[in-house]
Amino acid sequence: MQLRTFPCKSVGRMLLFAALALLNIACASIEPWVQPYERDNLADPIMATNRNPVATSYTHHAYQAREGARGAEGGAGGGCGCN
Amino acid sequence: MVQRVAQEAAVAVTRFSLLGCGMALTWLMQSHAAVLPQERADAMYHSYSGGGVSIDGPSILLRKQIGNSVSVSANYYVDTISGASIDVLATASPYAEKRTEHTVGLDYVRNKTLMNVSYTSSDENDFNATTYSLGVSQDFFGDLTTLSLGYSKGSDEVGKRGDESFSEQAERHNYRLGLTQVISKNFIVGLSLENIADQGYLNNPYRAVRFLEPESERGFRYETEAYPNTRTSNAAALTANYYLPYRASIYAEARLFSDTWGIEADTYKVGYIHTFGDDWIVELRARHYSQSKADFYQDLYQRSEEFNFRARDKEMSTFSNLSLGFSVSYELRFSASAWLKKSSINLDFDHVAFDYQDFRNVLADAPVGDEPFYAFSANITRLYLSVFY
Repeated sequence: MQLRTFPCKSVGRMLLFAALALLNIACASIEPWVQPYERDNLADPIMATNRNPVATSYTHHAYQAREGARGAEGGAGGGCGCN
Repeated sequence: MVQRVAQEAAVAVTRFSLLGCGMALTWLMQSHAAVLPQERADAMYHSYSGGGVSIDGPSILLRKQIGNSVSVSANYYVDTISGASIDVLATASPYAEKRTEHTVGLDYVRNKTLMNVSYTSSDENDFNATTYSLGVSQDFFGDLTTLSLGYSKGSDEVGKRGDESFSEQAERHNYRLGLTQVISKNFIVGLSLENIADQGYLNNPYRAVRFLEPESERGFRYETEAYPNTRTSNAAALTANYYLPYRASIYAEARLFSDTWGIEADTYKVGYIHTFGDDWIVELRARHYSQSKADFYQDLYQRSEEFNFRARDKEMSTFSNLSLGFSVSYELRFSASAWLKKSSINLDFDHVAFDYQDFRNVLADAPVGDEPFYAFSANITRLYLSVFY
């Protein structure tokens, strides 16, 4: 049985243009759904992924020295654009 | 044909990625604004105790802003190691050692872009390591999304006590990608990916494998481990923090890991942070970790140099651990106009129980290869004072 040739190139292009179009629409019309004055809770230190850097880096080191896994520790960093 | 379809799909994906990257870069250039890390100083005493080993020492972190766009930091850290783990007890004598680590860093903010560079050096009498890191992060989409990229390069010089002629090198490259997304005014999620590639001498020169030797007193003997000289690993972590209707929060983290040595690992962590009044913050947390062994790990080999690559380091074996911990912080706030804005005293404690599934306790009195599996527990303590200015 012969497999039907899938027009991947054209589909790829269509997907690409559709994605770019969507991204452009998103870029042009996106409105922040959490306003700066609504970010009190996000700015609270109890929401920080790295509230105490000196203790966090030590804790990562303590686990990393005893486990085979490494990397991608402690969340992505960055914040909520508050402060 | 399948191959051709795959190739075309790959080309389309690559083009899409390149264009996507181009657009992302355009946004990076257009949008504006991140925040420098808070100015603070921390003095910490840390301690790890378990499995016959005690490690403790101080860590001092200082961070100071220069003008409106530059922040510098410095960290001094010491590990004083004493005692003997099961690996050491089986093959060598207890020892005492000291490791000193220095880090200096610089952060620079321009509009919504935060850039940082840092240099770390770690010195022991038989191991020296240096790491250069750089990173950039950018807020966009109305500051609801933060994208960060990072790269580090590390170089190790490995020596061996009692063997002056022993000198080996290793090199490491880390590539990091992070994305933080505000979902609602109470909910934030993060994704982070990290690829690490090592090349060079990746063994621990003091660790050994054991092999059957019926003529020897214990029925086995030891010989040096032999690891591949390259290793590439990938880790992906998803985190979520949620602010509860009162001043408290919950968080969860899941991390998946795999590497070219055959190790696959999962880490899951959950925590609850509660406040009492304005001054007290209490955190309760649990963490579970499990991993499969490296392809070349074996507790007992049938003969000397049975395979080209050999490991019996327990960190390469199949095992899991469970940590339960808490943190207590007491905060003192001063006047906003004072030089010192806030101070806190903090205690963090975690109890970790390790359970090995193919690493046997050679110190137990049992026939060779039938010893019970090893298990131990450890306490990790951090006591520190922080001041914010």
